[in-house]
Parts: sequence; structure tokens; C-alpha cells
Amino acid sequence: MGRFTRGFSGRGQKERDLRLPPGQYDTGDRWPVLTAEVTPRVDTATWSFTVDGLVAKPATWSWDEIHALPASTFAGDIHCVTTWSKLGVNFGGVSIDTLLGAAGVQPSATHVLARSSTGYTTNLPLADVTGDKAWVAWEYEGKPLPVEHGGPARLLVPHLYFWKSAKWVSGLQLLDHDEPGFWERNGYHDRGDPWLEQRYQGD
Amino acid sequence: MIDLVTDSGPRSSPWQNAKVVGIKEETARAKSFQLALPEPAPHLAGQHYVVRLTAPDGYTASRSYSIASAPGDPRELEITVERLEGGEVSTFLHDEVAVGDELDVRGPIGGWFVWEGDVPALLVGGGSGVVPLMAMLRYARLNGKVDLVRLVVSVRTPEDLYYAEEIAGPESALVYTRVTPAAFPRPPARLTPEDIPQPIAAGTRAYVCGSSGFADAASHMLVDLGVPAPQVRVERFGPSG
Ligand SMILES: Cc1cc2nc3c(=O)[nH]c(=O)nc-3n(C[C@H](O)[C@H](O)[C@H](O)COP(=O)(O)OP(=O)(O)OC[C@H]3O[C@@H](n4cnc5c(N)ncnc54)[C@H](O)[C@@H]3O)c2cc1C
Repeated sequence: MGRFTRGFSGRGQKERDLRLPPGQYDTGDRWPVLTAEVTPRVDTATWSFTVDGLVAKPATWSWDEIHALPASTFAGDIHCVTTWSKLGVNFGGVSIDTLLGAAGVQPSATHVLARSSTGYTTNLPLADVTGDKAWVAWEYEGKPLPVEHGGPARLLVPHLYFWKSAKWVSGLQLLDHDEPGFWERNGYHDRGDPWLEQRYQGD
Repeated sequence: MIDLVTDSGPRSSPWQNAKVVGIKEETARAKSFQLALPEPAPHLAGQHYVVRLTAPDGYTASRSYSIASAPGDPRELEITVERLEGGEVSTFLHDEVAVGDELDVRGPIGGWFVWEGDVPALLVGGGSGVVPLMAMLRYARLNGKVDLVRLVVSVRTPEDLYYAEEIAGPESALVYTRVTPAAFPRPPARLTPEDIPQPIAAGTRAYVCGSSGFADAASHMLVDLGVPAPQVRVERFGPSG
């Protein structure tokens, strides 16, 4: 504590934006791409999204079917564990509540494991994807979500670090336990709350 | 299917106060920093550290830097940083940090973009993306595993090549995109499929690292050459639009 880096004063920041969680900086107009896999080409003609696991009845939507559900939008900020944040962004898609409602969540479910068409997975407490806090998003600033940012559709859980917002999302599995996903097995935090700086296991 | 369960990833790595014990100019725009840690931790080739700068008012800036030194190398931990004009942390490390300074670091981090010498590895790096691949090459050379490794590095000009006096070898190939050394057989051009050493042995895992544009081009090229997409591990550095 109280130890600072000789000669460092920061990039002449003005007032620090209160929307920035600790240790984050505003990336401005840029949107860095951080993906550990080959960017897949996902065809909306064969695209589907499935909710399964501890549900009353597994449910699957095609691209057209999911677009027929009530639209929902998010306006706010996103935060990457590599310390950039992007402030004041807009996404459009469908609320996870709508999807879980259709499948019927069993009372024993406590967590979800999100999966992508690439095989990427990420785990989340059920409470973090319900209550209008999470979406399957296919629009960014009113336009189709670009493929490098997870298009045609990604999970969007903006109140957690962005690796939780699985790109190219293809489904959610309801579980009665927490099951570490891809980055979580590789040293990253199971929950990932940026305001608590839950970056790595043990934080 | 991506499925990697590793116990070697960090469980909890505390911040440490590293001492800068050496600085080497790799190119006009890249410097390597040798760091001595109070509590050295073993790392895997491909992992990175987080470097945190703290201003007197408590403001902090943290960025990730790949480890260039090989696991098991008894010398100091090495990172290599490219100076990005206008970049907050990289310009500070380049312009202000001197031997004897202390830096807060945390690591090693990452359990995916790592090579443990267990499978054939095809390493494809662009620019500063060579850094984690250099740790893999050094590890292979130190442990008699060079037969498992093929490295292709793409740089703009000979002056942009990191680790220039060390990187050459039968296992490594260089691609110059703008200017080549005198009498270099290949004309300057971006990476093409012919630059990838072939045939690619069955069971090869590819590691692609560089800017997002380079990583996309190279990873799709490898898939087109028959490497299964799940066998291509990608790490993207730096800015993008
Ligand atoms: C896992 C991992 C490993 C990495 N390993 C390495 C490594 O080994 N070596 C290495 O050199 N890098 C590495 N990086 C990249 C590194 O972490 C930093 O991103 C990089 O050094 C830039 O940080 P910076 O603070 O200098 O620049 P930043 O301040 O983050 O800015 C980045 C660039 O964007 C520009 N910029 C900043 N703000 C704006 C704006 N508002 N509008 C337009 N442009 C802007 C800057 O001028 C600069 O060119 C790694 C990244 C990751 C994720």
C-alpha cells in the first residue's frame, strides 16, 4: 500500500469516470478483440440456441424463432479482464429470462454453463443471468453484431467481466452445482465481478 | 471441442514487487526487461504476467505481457514490450523505466496458450506476437525438444525482428512483409500458405499470436491447411478497431 511506480502519473486523465470499476480504463471508440480460438463462421440458416439441463423441457430456437421473441435491449458499460472498459454501449437481443421462462427452470438449478459453437464454455451463477441482467445479443449499436465480437449472437452479461459473455453462444445448461468453464479452468475467477476485481482464482 | 483441464494454471498469484535487473533493446520499438522476483514462481511457456503501474494519487494501469524466457531457465524472468505510440503502459515502460526500478507484477497467468512439450507445436507469430512463442522455442531448445517445434515469424523488416541473434535455426522460418535482408530468397509479402512448414504432422497443435488481423489471417490459413480448428490456439495482442 502506498507504494507507487517511480515517475508514473497516468495518462493525464481528467476526472476519473465513475462508471469505471477499479483498475479499468476507458478504451474509447476502440473495441479490442480477445479470443483464444479460430473465429468461426456461423451461418444463421443453421444457427440454433438451446436451453437444457435442469429444465422442465429443453427448448431450442432457430434464428427466426428467437427473433420472434420479445425484443430486449441493454444500454450501459462493458468491462474486460484485460483492463479495458467500453462505456455507453447498446446491445439488442432477447432477455435470458424469456428463454429460461420458456424452458422452465427446475428448483434445484443454481448455476448455468454457457456454451459456444466453438466449444468455449463459461460458468455463471443462475442469479447472474436472471432478473433482466443477461441477454442473447445479436445487435450492437443498431447493427448486426460483427463476427469478431461474437456474431451472429453472443451471451451478454455486462455486470461481469466480459469473458462471461460467451461469443458465438449456442446454449445454456442448467446445473445444480458450479462447473468451471474454459477460462475458469485456466486460472480465471468463477464469478468475475469487475467492481470486486474478481479477475483470477483466489481474488 | 475445447477441453483442457490443467492444474498448472495459477490458482492464486499475489502481486509482487519485481526489480528490473536488465533492459535490452530488441528493436527500435521493442525492449526486453529482465525482472527479479522476490518469490520466483515456475511458469509454462506461453503464460503471461500482469504489470501494474501506480500513480501517487492511487490511479493504476495494468497490462498483460507474455513471458519470453523459457520455463526452467535459471536466469531472470524476461518480458518484451513493444512501444505503442500513445499507449499508456508501453510508453512508460520504454521511456521511464530504468535498471534498478521496481514494478508490481502478478503471475504467471494463463493455462490455455501454453505448450508443455507434449505434442508437436506449430508456432506462428506476427510482430510482438513472437514473445510467447519465443518462450516455447527456448523451452524446446533447452530440453532437447526442437524436433517437436516449427516456428514461423512474420515481421515488416529485418530491423523489426526480436531476438534476432537467437531465433535463427533449422526449426524457424522468417517472413518479411515489407523489406527483406539482402539476397533473401523470398520477396517481401504477407504470410501465405507456402510459408507454413508442411506437411503438418498429425496431432500438431498450432499456436498463433499477434495482432487481431494477423491472428485471424494465420489461424484461418492453418485451418485451410487441414489443422482442426480446435487444435489452433490463438492469442491476440494489441489494439483493434
Ligand atoms: C495475454 C496478453 C499478452 C500480451 N503480451 C504482450 C507482449 O508480450 N508484448 C507486448 O508488447 N504486448 C503484449 N500484450 C499487449 C499489452 O497488454 C498492451 O495491450 C500493450 O502494451 C498496449 O498497452 P498500452 O498501455 O501501451 O496502450 P493503451 O493505452 O492500452 O493503448 C493501446 C493503443 O491504442 C491507442 N489508443 C489508446 N487510447 C486510444 C483512443 N482513445 N483512441 C484511439 N487510440 C487509442 C494507443 O495509442 C495505443 O497505440 C499482451 C496482451 C495480452 C492480452
